[in-house]
Parts: sequence; structure tokens; C-alpha cells
Amino acid sequence: MDNGEWLQRPEWGVALTVAAYAAALLLRRRLPWMHPLFVGTGLVVLILLAGGVSYEDYRIGGDLVLFMLGPATVALGVPLYKHSRQLRHQLGAVLAGVTAGSLASIGSAWLLAAGAGLSSAVASSLLPKSVTSAVSVSLAGTLGGIPELTAVLTVLTGLLGSMFGPLLLRRCRLGSDLAIGVGVGTAAHGIGTARLVNDSQWQGSVGALAMSISCIVTPLLLLPLHWLLP
Amino acid sequence: MIGFSILLAFQMAGMAVQTGLGVPLPGNVIGLILFAGCLFLGWIKLEWVEQSAAFLVRHMMLFFLPYVAGSMILLRYVELSELAGLLLALVASTLVSLLAGGGLTTLLRKREEREDG
Repeated sequence: MDNGEWLQRPEWGVALTVAAYAAALLLRRRLPWMHPLFVGTGLVVLILLAGGVSYEDYRIGGDLVLFMLGPATVALGVPLYKHSRQLRHQLGAVLAGVTAGSLASIGSAWLLAAGAGLSSAVASSLLPKSVTSAVSVSLAGTLGGIPELTAVLTVLTGLLGSMFGPLLLRRCRLGSDLAIGVGVGTAAHGIGTARLVNDSQWQGSVGALAMSISCIVTPLLLLPLHWLLP
Repeated sequence: MIGFSILLAFQMAGMAVQTGLGVPLPGNVIGLILFAGCLFLGWIKLEWVEQSAAFLVRHMMLFFLPYVAGSMILLRYVELSELAGLLLALVASTLVSLLAGGGLTTLLRKREEREDG
């Protein structure tokens, strides 16, 4: 088999992705501030650039890895179910807060994108940024956005929310555990929620509940856009 | 493995609903809605799926890493002139969403507490 044929097979792309992720997890044990997603992505991109391999060739294997996003999204039903039983007395307030947060995220992103004169593909890629990555990239697909761009914007949103979310809410006197959990879980999905767990387990549970509710609420809120957008 | 096959079955069902009935939602989201519904109805027991689900959720980052690696080709799609506006919209919209989510939750909780006592 010559080099070209070998590149057209999925094995190396899958192996490279898993190896880069595993290496990134190992590195985090030594240096906890190194986000495994950045390290893993950086390794993959560097190796592709160094080898002169195109992103399209990498995606032959990458698509097999991406396939797992499907069952992983379905699996979010488990945290949704567990945390909503645990937090059943707060469920009404959480559900309302998540709906308001998702609506504000989509609405403000739409207005700002229009104000900034972004092209419709770029704007559609921005709209689902607050929902967890597995769902946001799928939504980008159905809205006519660019999944690769949505993936990056989703990660940036998560990091922004995890760094400044709790601080902003406390400054605005919305600093109860419940409000921080709902705000950060809704606006900054899993990356934001991962940070909350360090502060308080309960905040983390609220965040996980808010994040998983928003996986259902955000797609439903975006549904009307499907008919509005050309 | 039972858990994993249940999750895959729901993923498949979601896909079938999406394409068969023409529901304009991603198949995986429809799968999640159906799966969550079955959990709440007690048709699926938590023990059957808990382990597989925990593994998949924990390593979600791995599964979408190929999309993030797509950042190497983004300049094909995004004009440099759009970049500032895009990032500004992202930051502002995230802050608005944080405040709206946290704000309404706080408001409702305060009202409930007042009613309780």
C-alpha cells in the first residue's frame, strides 16, 4: 500500500485523536491548568501541519471519533434524570432560569451578529454556543452553520463562563449557589460546570442539571429559526 | 455493554424520527429527549445505563476534538474583518445569558421563599 492510499484510511486519524487526548490527560496530572482540549487539539493540529496532511484527510478517521458524539449526547439523559430527582424542590426555578438564559443567549447572539454584519453562516454558527459541544455542533449542522467554527466558539464560551461567570453573578448580587449553578450551567455548559464542582458540590449539581436541561431547551428554542432562516 | 447498546438504540431511534418524520432537530437531541422520557417513566432503569453513560459523558471532549482541530481551516470560512465582531458578540451574549439565567432563578426563589414563610 503506498502512502496516498494509507492516508485515505481511517485508522491513523482515530489513533492520532485518541493518542493526543490520552497524552493531554496525562499532562494534566502534572500540570492541572493545562486544559486537555487545548493540548489534545494542539497536538493533532501540529502533527497534521508537520506532516503536511490536510484536514479533510484527517476527517476520514476523525468522523469515526465524531460518531461517538451521538450516543454521548443521549447519555446526557442520565445526569438530567439524576440531578432533577436530587433537586426536585428547585426544579421549577431551575427550568425557568435555564429557559431565560438560553433565550437570552440565542436572542442576544442573533442581535449582536446582525449588528456586527456577520455572514449568515457565521451567525448561525454562533447561535448555539451556550449549549454543550455535542449538541451545539449538531445544531450548527441543522442551522446551516459551520460545525468547526461552532466547536471553537462553544469552547471559548465555556472558558469565558468558567472564568468570569461566578464573579459576575456575585458582583450583581445574584451569588446564591442556585443562581450561579443555573447561570453558569446555562451560559457556559460543561466547561463552566466543571469549574463549579471545585467551589461546591451542590453548585456543580445545579450546573449539571442546568446544562442538561438546556440541551433540550436550546434546540427547541432554535426550532422556529429553522422556518425563519432562508 | 447493555447500557451502551441502549444508548445506541436511542441514537438510532432519534435519527429515524428526524429523517422519517422530518423533525428539524438533530437526531442525537431527539434521541436524548426520548431517552430522558423513558428514564422518567421508569421504562429504562438507571442501573442499566449508568456506567456506559458516565464513560461517554466524561470523555465527551475526546469525541468532539476532531471538530476543534478544524480550527486550522477556519480562516477559509471567517473573514478577518468579521473576527472582532464575532468575538465581541460571543462575550456580550455570554454575559447576558449568565445574568438572565441567574437573575430569573434568584427572583423565583425569593418569591417562593416569601410564600413559604
